[in-house]
Amino acid sequence: MSIFRLLAGLALAWCLALGPAVATAQVQDDTAQTLLQRLAEANNAEKSKVLKQIAESGDERARSWLEAFAGGKLATVKSSGYVVLVTNNTGRNWQVASAVTGDSMGEMSRRDLDSIRVNNALRSQVEGILSVVDLTVADHRTRRAAARHLLGRVDAVTAPLIEERLEVEENDRVRDLLANALAIHQLEQGEINAIEQLSGSLNSRVRAALNNAASSDDPAIAAAAEKALASIEQKLKLNKAAETLYFGLSLGSVLVLAAIGLAITFGVMGVINMAHGELIMLGAYTTWGMQQLFPGQPGLALILSIPAGFMVAALAGIIIERSVIQHLKGRPLETLLATFGISLILQQLVRTVISPLNRTVVTPEWMSGSIMINEALSLTLNRLYVIGFALVVFAGLMLIMRRTRLGLEVRAVTQNRAMARSMGIKATKVDIMTFALGSGVAGLAGVALSQITNVGPNLGQNYIIDSFMVVVFGGVGNLWGTLVAGLTLGTINQILEPWAGAVLAKIMVLVLIILFIQKRPRGLFPQKGRAAEG
Amino acid sequence: MASSQTWLLRPLQERSTQLFLGVLFGALIVVTFLHLFMPQDSALHVSAYTVTLLGKYLCYALLAVAVDLVWGYLGILSLGHGAFFALGGYAMGMYLMRQIGDRGVYGDPVLPDFMVFLNWDTLPWYWQGFDMAWFAFIMVLLAPGLLALVFGFLAFRSRVTGVYLSIITQALTFALMLAFFRNEMGFGGNNGLTDFRDILGFNLRSDATRLGLFIATGIALAIGYVICRGIVTSKLGRVSVACRDAEARTRFLGYRVERVQLFVFVVSAMLAGVAGALYVPQVGIINPSEFSPLFSIEIVVWVALGGRATLYGAVIGAILVNYAKTVFTGVMPDAWLFALGALFVLVTVFLPKGIAGLLQKRRKAKDDDTATGQEATA
Repeated sequence: MSIFRLLAGLALAWCLALGPAVATAQVQDDTAQTLLQRLAEANNAEKSKVLKQIAESGDERARSWLEAFAGGKLATVKSSGYVVLVTNNTGRNWQVASAVTGDSMGEMSRRDLDSIRVNNALRSQVEGILSVVDLTVADHRTRRAAARHLLGRVDAVTAPLIEERLEVEENDRVRDLLANALAIHQLEQGEINAIEQLSGSLNSRVRAALNNAASSDDPAIAAAAEKALASIEQKLKLNKAAETLYFGLSLGSVLVLAAIGLAITFGVMGVINMAHGELIMLGAYTTWGMQQLFPGQPGLALILSIPAGFMVAALAGIIIERSVIQHLKGRPLETLLATFGISLILQQLVRTVISPLNRTVVTPEWMSGSIMINEALSLTLNRLYVIGFALVVFAGLMLIMRRTRLGLEVRAVTQNRAMARSMGIKATKVDIMTFALGSGVAGLAGVALSQITNVGPNLGQNYIIDSFMVVVFGGVGNLWGTLVAGLTLGTINQILEPWAGAVLAKIMVLVLIILFIQKRPRGLFPQKGRAAEG
Repeated sequence: MASSQTWLLRPLQERSTQLFLGVLFGALIVVTFLHLFMPQDSALHVSAYTVTLLGKYLCYALLAVAVDLVWGYLGILSLGHGAFFALGGYAMGMYLMRQIGDRGVYGDPVLPDFMVFLNWDTLPWYWQGFDMAWFAFIMVLLAPGLLALVFGFLAFRSRVTGVYLSIITQALTFALMLAFFRNEMGFGGNNGLTDFRDILGFNLRSDATRLGLFIATGIALAIGYVICRGIVTSKLGRVSVACRDAEARTRFLGYRVERVQLFVFVVSAMLAGVAGALYVPQVGIINPSEFSPLFSIEIVVWVALGGRATLYGAVIGAILVNYAKTVFTGVMPDAWLFALGALFVLVTVFLPKGIAGLLQKRRKAKDDDTATGQEATA
């Protein structure tokens, strides 16, 4: 135990000082040489003891020795008995290096060398020992990985080592994993008490061990294992539900992002912008373009794409509004057709200018990977960021609508255009600003979407119908409605998906919305009063 | 529909209908003549390929007339008429599949090839009866009619109108497209229904059958046109125009707006179904892409280009746009979507009344030669 404590402390010191301080951690070179020579000479049973000694020696080269041994790369020089590391064993002459110092010793004839024999039992023992060695590293992530590796791999040799380790480990998770690893071993030895420790775990190896125990000859153990398995099953279900909810929220926040710009333009101007999806696409392509501008810095490019995507889409929106929509005032159906034409042109433009194929947008490192809540539930980071982003955008829009002059004017024009104009509000200007805002938000949606889906010319098309459904479901002219509708639809979709399949779930959601419109033709949060009749 | 005996005949006394039918039948006769009696190498010879192509255009024209009926005269912009078209097409396709019999690749006497491929051992219940032509032809009307009835009943009862209705119809066809893409639906999934052999005992690959289908389509278009004309000139038609222009006012006058809407919508859907049914044997395939929202919205632009609320404008628009599509996709396929997109924008912004509007303007200008001043817009 003392050796381990020393080792942990020294490893920490090594981490901090990175270098010279380590010298003290080394056993004398000749001691090491003796150890290795003993390993070479010992029979299999003794080898196992020597391996343990090497591991306990506290030398940080121990790891490389053990790995070399397991890989069959240690050899002795026949004449002197000196242990060397074979770095290249092809051909007649092998390249060797001193195992202790690591210095190259040039080439040696294969005949002059004697490989140290290794078998599978020893190899797996080395693996276990290496995991135990890793348990002493300062970085708790490495320790956790090592502890997880040990689950179901503990044997009589490593068990006492882990017991010692368990007493000094400070990280709760690592300790829990170690306790589980030990408990699996104990369960295999037929100790019924071990089951108690295992009953809360979601790890698949723990479950495998319990499954084994459930078919054990001892009825008491079998019953206890069954019970533990049942409680684990329960926990798994709960986690599955949490995961579904997470996916639902993430899909929902994507829908919110895609729909909220539409809700603004539709609510204020009463026009359906069928090119909205293509504005989303422009945002996504802006992200791609920024990454081409800043190669090798996907994170910076992504952050810069947020304003850039907004600007590009907003500009496109202004152009659409000025060139087409303003000429079609009061004719919503014609506006729908004209903007649809624009969407076709934009799609084809991207296909012709850039490529009809999907472009890859790199996900920056800090957005990839996932947060592991427990063994059964891990949240992918990019989706988490998208959820956060959607909420931030939503909050920002709420602020603009509630706290700024523009928001006030937008709301006034939405409620009663003629009255607002007679109060001196320039409705045309408000139209342009709203359209730019709504389009800009579509661009933001595109930036977010580029992180979780393929960026291609059809990107917008895939989202346009869903976005409309969200707006219709939530009620026009109400941002809260869009938020609630988007998150609800996303979650419903994810709940239906496992038992109905992706396509059928989508169809069911569409049918649900059509039926819902029967009950509430103006959505979840309808506008009240005269504004409702538009 | 008090004058139910005459409402179908009345249009025949109109000059515009007579003109339309005259041009249509004239074209049918000319094409038939040129196809049958001109020698193959003559420049005037119309090949079987062209006959089928023209037949396809006529199907589209009938579909456009159906859309014009609801959009032009009822004010409902349906972005889902492709669904009715495709349903009619699938009904016909199922009949044609059953006609293949044991001549399929797998030689199963009852099951179509794709079902054998999916290891199905019995025919699904909804495929029963499609071996009989009369049943299939009734289903061509019933399937889209029923869908329109249920959908229209739900939508109109809760007074879903305007852009809301447009979007919902689009969602409808989108949902159906997703559904028909599924193999489990039993409609051939991605590939749809194809590899047809014969119809009513005639070989589909023979030139004579193709010509027959072309003529049948022309006649169907004529009948469809007369039916629509009959509806719009009847009292019902005037009420539906009233619904289009002032729905609330019509309701307050005591008319059951939703019933009028439902009736016209269902008739239109059935016409679309017939168009689809005639389309399938001519192109030889029906697959879920006919349900795509893009196709449905394309139909609307045919009508818009031709001029809505004229019916004949829809025919002109459908034929023009599809001819342009044939030319464009042959010469430079990439440019077609640009052209189509531009067409959407230009027509709505600069040509709100379409080509028919231009024609009317010219005629009016001639009529008003003596009178001064400009005519008021209708």
